Amino acid sequence: MPHISLEEHLPGITGLLEYRLDTAYPIRDLTQILLRGPSTLSQAERELIATVVSAGNQCQFCTAAHTAAADILLGESHTSDMVKNDLSEAPVSEKMKALLEIAKCVQVSGKKVSPELIQRAKSLEASDLEIHDTVLIAALFCLYNKYVDGLASVTPTDPAFYQTLGNKIVNLGYLRSQPKPDKQTI
Amino acid sequence: MAHIDLKNDFPGIRGLMAFDPDAADALNGLANVLLRRESTLSKGDREMIATFVSSQNDCLFCQSVHGAVSSYHLDDSDGILIQQVKNDFTKAPLSSKMKALLHIAGSVQKSGKAVSSQQIDDAKSAGASDQEIHDTVLIAAAFCMFNRYVDGLNTWAPTDQSIYKERAEGISANGYTKPG
Repeated sequence: MPHISLEEHLPGITGLLEYRLDTAYPIRDLTQILLRGPSTLSQAERELIATVVSAGNQCQFCTAAHTAAADILLGESHTSDMVKNDLSEAPVSEKMKALLEIAKCVQVSGKKVSPELIQRAKSLEASDLEIHDTVLIAALFCLYNKYVDGLASVTPTDPAFYQTLGNKIVNLGYLRSQPKPDKQTI
Repeated sequence: MAHIDLKNDFPGIRGLMAFDPDAADALNGLANVLLRRESTLSKGDREMIATFVSSQNDCLFCQSVHGAVSSYHLDDSDGILIQQVKNDFTKAPLSSKMKALLHIAGSVQKSGKAVSSQQIDDAKSAGASDQEIHDTVLIAAAFCMFNRYVDGLNTWAPTDQSIYKERAEGISANGYTKPG
């Protein structure tokens, strides 16, 4: 049972994002920019970053949702499975492996990202912007994972739920269908 | 030196915000809503939660800025209260509700799963509302993001605390904004 009163039909992050629309708006906006905005990293690659960080934080809801999104974008589930369980053997580019290693360090602590890891990513032709986005996506998913589990939101066990959510994320993105709240309460 | 070429000399998250102004707008929007909108938790208390989490994450820039802003709001001009909170908040002169919320924030810093039902019950017994518990968890989670962004890209942080004190006055007057 969640630690606070949330709408029962909205599990995981979905109920939290409806609980306070004013905090949800910038979080959704940032996610849309990072995961769906113009980038030299594909949407699937960015979903894989979200997936490994969520798996590292053992956040079942976020791991299942972003795994589903990555799988839909890739058309298969082998890559996300390998990225989570055996990154060195995963069928992704060496550059992507280096970026995912950086993301895994960020999950533990920002201070764990070493100059050597950064150099490795750069030697594999990761750009400054790709490194920046990797770190910020990883940091953002630490927010999501801690938010979702810190309030003990409900984690559905039916895989069909995540398939539906994954399709929604892929086809509609991360913004709420309603417009931005116009009243600034600052 | 930062891990990437930020093309500016601003410290901490300000250097990152100048590098990526679009993300900066969303990040500042979140900070302004969480820390500055009307709330039953005072601005000083919310900044204290941000400071405590940043201190637990050992993020010098964030704990210095938000510590200075919290001190500004709480009339803690010498920063003694904030130092006590960082050292051992259980011994600081805070309400039982604030201590219960800091326990929750401390758990979120470790892992969302570390927040216990007992901690939530203690906070509710001390008079914390659902909204206050929600905001505490989200502030703590958000600072786990900000701290990782700032340190994960190895930005620099001034060591002269008077710089943060000056910046706190600007933040208190104008909110969180990107440089320029």
